[in-house]
Amino acid sequence: MKFLKTTTRNVRRSPYQALAAILIMTLTFLVISFFAFLVVGSSQVINYFESKPQVTAFFKDDAKQSDITALKSQLMNTGKISSIKFVSKDDALNIYRQQNKNDPLLLDLVTADVLPASFEISTVRLEDLGSISDMLKKSAIVSDVIYQQDVVSTLTAWTDAIRQIGLGLIALLSLVSIFIMATIIGMKISQKKEDIEIMRLIGATAWYIRLPFITEGVFYGLVGAAIGWLIATSSLLWATPFLESFLKGIPVLPASTEGLLLLLGTEVLLAIILGIISSFIAVLRYLK
Amino acid sequence: MILLNNVSKKFGTGTFALSDVSLVIKRGEFVFLVGPTGSGKTTIFRLIIKDLSPTTGDIVVNNLEISKLPKNKLSALRKKIGVIFQDLKLLIDRTVFENVYLPLDVAGIKDQEAVNTTNDILSRVGLTEHKEKFPLQLSGGELQRVAIARALALNPEIILADEPTGNLDDKTSWEIVKLLSDINSHGTTVIMATHNTEIVKNMGKRVIRIEKGKIIKDEKPKEEGQQNASHQGQSPETKPQEQDKNLNKHKEEEQKK
Repeated sequence: MKFLKTTTRNVRRSPYQALAAILIMTLTFLVISFFAFLVVGSSQVINYFESKPQVTAFFKDDAKQSDITALKSQLMNTGKISSIKFVSKDDALNIYRQQNKNDPLLLDLVTADVLPASFEISTVRLEDLGSISDMLKKSAIVSDVIYQQDVVSTLTAWTDAIRQIGLGLIALLSLVSIFIMATIIGMKISQKKEDIEIMRLIGATAWYIRLPFITEGVFYGLVGAAIGWLIATSSLLWATPFLESFLKGIPVLPASTEGLLLLLGTEVLLAIILGIISSFIAVLRYLK
Repeated sequence: MILLNNVSKKFGTGTFALSDVSLVIKRGEFVFLVGPTGSGKTTIFRLIIKDLSPTTGDIVVNNLEISKLPKNKLSALRKKIGVIFQDLKLLIDRTVFENVYLPLDVAGIKDQEAVNTTNDILSRVGLTEHKEKFPLQLSGGELQRVAIARALALNPEIILADEPTGNLDDKTSWEIVKLLSDINSHGTTVIMATHNTEIVKNMGKRVIRIEKGKIIKDEKPKEEGQQNASHQGQSPETKPQEQDKNLNKHKEEEQKK
């Protein structure tokens, strides 16, 4: 554990270099944390829609109740329907009021007449959404049909894009932090060249000299990961009430404690790897 | 035992720092290495700790042929040899205590044991009251003592002292020599490179004179020389009396002054 003492002394005696190393690591882990939230969140949204195969058919204002009942029987006869729910104009208004209860201006503008009545249809299988949707579109009393397959495929495309951009950005930031850290640790090795030479002459092994620099790299990584995670998690918790109202009932938030701790654990592991790689580059380059 | 057999060292510039040097130094000997600046004294020390490798010839230290010593065994060799460097090589950002503690830490000795040993050595060299000071706060003699204390930390079998009295006044020089003499009386081989002819004369020890990389003279102490004409040093039993005689003589002279 003596090398930890040496590491602490090294950090304490060059605070600005230590700060630069910690800041770049914090930035890297902040970005990693935010992208982790985005990727996990969007995956949960997709799962939510996938687990609820639904088609919503909006009726024209002049649709008669008898026609609606006939359409319902026709749909039930296909055997593909697990549930079908009629939402009247009044029901739609109630739902709208519930969703926008905090915004009186929006409530004042909308009346039941403006909102269409609809069917909320769940199919047994996700694949049946297409055929049911086609059937509804052919009906004369239906004005519009939306079904989750569209939402799911759009969301999947977005998530894939986010994932790819995120991975690219994380890879780039990791590379930048590795090189910045390697440079900082390399500078420290250069500053201590004389000390290192003395240590060698009095019998220090290569590992005795290397270990404090490697633990220093790991230290910067760990502090950066902890701060990055803390900022990202605090921001998420702070934004949770706004995001919940934005997601309107999709159960993504609040984030689970286990999930956040798992992210911290992964980041700690990644910090150790980044710290070791960068300090090793410096040690191999400057401590031949 | 230290053995140099036909050792030459040629530097990149083409100059020979040592040329065909052969010598044997027995365990427990006190040997002076004398000669002008650039004669090759420091090169011999650097070869013994394998800071340099010889161009030709063999070097054996305590039965280890160090010219063939693999890199990973280098630290073990250096832990057995305490070196007092000409430029001291103290870590200026560490206290006296930390400088002396360093070799023990390097050797992986447990903290409490290392602390106790460091305190013992500091008291032996008379630096206990200065242990929390940094090298820049010490006098020349005190700095030499720190370097000696560090060299002693691992209780080495050999001490190489490269001009330990350089730039010191007579009184301090004699204190340093007395300290090295005490260390030698406990069985440690001491090789001291020096320019100080007065010390060399008064100590009555073996003197190896080097010039331009060659040994030009190897004088044994009188009694020893009469007993054995070969390359052997004084027996450890005869040393303390001889040293004390010379050191007491010096003290008397100092008091008269």
